[in-house]
Amino acid sequence: MTIANPIHLPGQSRMGARVLIGVAIVLSILFIAAPLVFIFVRAFARGWEVYLANILHPMTLHAIWLTTITALIVVPLNVGFGIAAAWAVAKHRFPGRGLLVTMIEIPYSISPIIAGICYLLLYGRQGLLGPWLQANDLQVMFALPGIVLVTMFVTAPFVAREVLPLMQAQGTEQEQAAVTLGANGWQIFRRVTLPNIRWALLYGAVLCTARAVGEFGGVSVVSGNIRGQTNTLPLHVELLFNDLNAVGAFAAASTLTLIAILALFLKAALEGRR
Amino acid sequence: MSVIAAPIRAKRVLPGFTLSLGTTLLYLTLIVLIPVAALVLKGAEMGPERFWRIVSSPRAVAAFQITLAAAAIATVFNAVYGVLMAWVLVRYEFPGKRLLDALMDVPFALPTAVAGLSLTALFSANGWFGAALHPAGIPVVYTIWGIALAMAFTSVPFVVRTVQPVLEDMDPALEQAAITLGARPWAVFWRVVCPAILPAWLAGCTTAFARSLGEFGAIVFIAGNLPFQTEIAALLAYIRLEEFDYNGASAIALVLLGFALVLLLTSNLLQFWAARAREGAR
Repeated sequence: MTIANPIHLPGQSRMGARVLIGVAIVLSILFIAAPLVFIFVRAFARGWEVYLANILHPMTLHAIWLTTITALIVVPLNVGFGIAAAWAVAKHRFPGRGLLVTMIEIPYSISPIIAGICYLLLYGRQGLLGPWLQANDLQVMFALPGIVLVTMFVTAPFVAREVLPLMQAQGTEQEQAAVTLGANGWQIFRRVTLPNIRWALLYGAVLCTARAVGEFGGVSVVSGNIRGQTNTLPLHVELLFNDLNAVGAFAAASTLTLIAILALFLKAALEGRR
Repeated sequence: MSVIAAPIRAKRVLPGFTLSLGTTLLYLTLIVLIPVAALVLKGAEMGPERFWRIVSSPRAVAAFQITLAAAAIATVFNAVYGVLMAWVLVRYEFPGKRLLDALMDVPFALPTAVAGLSLTALFSANGWFGAALHPAGIPVVYTIWGIALAMAFTSVPFVVRTVQPVLEDMDPALEQAAITLGARPWAVFWRVVCPAILPAWLAGCTTAFARSLGEFGAIVFIAGNLPFQTEIAALLAYIRLEEFDYNGASAIALVLLGFALVLLLTSNLLQFWAARAREGAR
């Protein structure tokens, strides 16, 4: 659809087009590309050795580990939820479907800080479940479970939002044919539905991973920022920055940036497949 | 209506309805609804008078004003920049176009804390841009412009990615007809293109505004966080938590929650309108 362009607006000068393209490119370089490049410039400001020393610092390694663990727990759960939600909404009719879709979207529009406060009010020491948790010696806040839960909140819509429209567009005919041929639920899902949605599913998982790894506001509230214990990688970046260790902060940030760039490459590759 | 009968039968044919709906509801209830309910309950517990006293305190009012003003600046910038990017990416062919298109997703993929860190350093006195702007007397870091900049960066894709598909779908015949009838390029844009993309554009701007109101990670680095000057509402809520003033934090969070839900509703209505407008245009 984009082919016909230069021809279909004979009245528009090529000059005008060039100006618009030029302005768009310059603005994007200044506004979006520069901050991206600048991270690596600063991270390597004192050379490779300092960079490696920063990355291999035990605190940084611990932050990387904690962030990885969180993503490894959250992303599979989110994929499961996304599939279940899409299967229920796209393949069945029931009252309240629209409401359910809006509910799935809620975390997308709520500030992560609010999410963190919600969790604190529920699981914190003075929270609704606080006394019960303390009586049973369960630590949710300022520990891994809290970080995982709040990350689950902010990433909830990511897989569902990618898979749902695709499942809806594909309808139920193929699945119904499979039922007629005697397939059971699991077989239908694995042999019919999954091959149809696998790229969208992977795409959603990539977006979810990028979001889970980079979550800051919500985790900031529930983690308590305990050095070397509940500091995820984005929190560690802030901590180093506040310690006036700019090169260290940028080194830690560069690992997150690499993950983001990798996610964008995967996204571009998957978009071609879809 | 016989149309409805078929899907109802489909529901009985396809297995896994109870399992999938049950899983979805359980996950949503545990992860989203109960925590949000805990916040609403806290609000109800403190009562309207106390709530009002907290949110109408001078520091809270200043924080809300700063947040709204900065979000408005960021959204106006993105409203223009987003349409420009969508237009250029859909209508022209040029070298580097795919890279430019991919660049539009960077703010989504890049953690907000990383974006905040980098923008702060770029615009500080010894950064690439700050070195030029500071001598000229335009400080960005630790001002409301810095807050707006961070908000604009994190919400760029919302406008671009909602307007882009609508432009792609637009029938070029409409513009050709306008040109044949003698319309100047600007007139074509204002009277043909603008009405067509308006609903999607407004929906994108609404989402960008909502996102800006709730943004935290990118802003804490660049804002300087001075009460009454560069303290945003989300940060004030965070500070209240650190002071163990849970009522204070909850009241501010409830106001932000209210804004978010109203904007989500508005954006959904606009998108519904946009979808109808698109159906009509085909």
